[in-house]
Amino acid sequence: MSEFLGESEAQKVRSFDALRAYLRRESGLILDADKRYLVESRLSPIIRRESINGLSDLVRILELNQAPRLAQEVVQAMTINETYFFRDRLPFDTLRNEILPELIRNRAAQKSLRIWCAAASTGQEPYSIALIMEEMASRMPGWRVDIIGTDLSEAALARAKEGLYSQFEVQRGLSTPQLLRYFNQIRDMWQLKENVRSRVKYRHMNLLGDYGMLGNFDVIFCRNVLIYFDAAKKSEVLNKMTRTLAPDGAIFLGAAESVIGLDTKLVPHPQHRGVLVRNTHAQTLTKKQA
Amino acid sequence: MMNALVVDDSAVIRKITRRILENLSFHVDEAADGVEASRVCYEDMPDIIFLDWNMPEMNGLEFLKDLRNMPFGGEPKVIFVTTENDIARIRCAIEAGADEYIMKPFNEHIIREKLAQIGLPVD
Repeated sequence: MSEFLGESEAQKVRSFDALRAYLRRESGLILDADKRYLVESRLSPIIRRESINGLSDLVRILELNQAPRLAQEVVQAMTINETYFFRDRLPFDTLRNEILPELIRNRAAQKSLRIWCAAASTGQEPYSIALIMEEMASRMPGWRVDIIGTDLSEAALARAKEGLYSQFEVQRGLSTPQLLRYFNQIRDMWQLKENVRSRVKYRHMNLLGDYGMLGNFDVIFCRNVLIYFDAAKKSEVLNKMTRTLAPDGAIFLGAAESVIGLDTKLVPHPQHRGVLVRNTHAQTLTKKQA
Repeated sequence: MMNALVVDDSAVIRKITRRILENLSFHVDEAADGVEASRVCYEDMPDIIFLDWNMPEMNGLEFLKDLRNMPFGGEPKVIFVTTENDIARIRCAIEAGADEYIMKPFNEHIIREKLAQIGLPVD
């Protein structure tokens, strides 16, 4: 990246360390030392646009606390997740085949489910869930299923709402029959059809903020988000989520994430890897299993 | 070991696809068009075919229709790998019996994804 070429290696390392310290202090974000490549690819556009003289100057500007909008933009750029449809497959299979059938049995009277994607990014995760619901719709007449997608990045959410994806993006995780059934082709891009897009509502939200407006949920997807927080912030986020979770609800974490060492009432689901449930619900499930 | 047949008139694409598939532990044969691919299939039906659309002699769609009428021709999984990205073409390929469709350019990740889609996951 040309914006960084003028800086020596030692200077780049110093700037990166200063950025990491800043992000941790201001947003609770943990940026691992091996993520320097992300800084270059994600902050170069901002540095170029603002005509800033390299990363070291950007960090100096941030530390002056005089540019809140720029600061927010840097935080957003550093937290945009890599995402694709049905990422890792297993959590979506678990949702479709195990968690949803149980919740559908438990909610037979209310006929209502609420699902929250806590890091919706550009929409692939909530829309993957919407596609599962679309496929199950004929077995759920009269049901209302709300899918809420939240994210820290307004730019990502704007893309999510549009539901417009490149050829490369739709080929990651979607089958060709799904592409034909649920997308319209617009030149070289692919847009999710209105009936799928309308299943998801998006809201701009910081997970360190207040969840009061969101309501309660039966399922929460919080995958590959906690990795950005330190242990105290992870516990804080999980405890706030737990307060919005139904007694028999489930929280999905990323493949490499766990609650080991965290102060939380959530425990791993006795049967399904990567799924958390309340302590009390886990006991019920274990008794049923026995 | 699964047998794969890569059908493409571009030697470069055949080489790239071969490398990816060998890396995923497939045994790979190559054909430069539909006629050559038919010959390979009559001799030894592969488990999976990666098929280009536009080729001299016999194009991918013609080959696919022939293949599905050959003895054991219903068995191989067929994945189109082509620059043809129009939705009508894609629909036509699936209706003719293709199992999946990859729009070029592609990489190993997309091939892995599509193999998983058709029930052939690779570690």
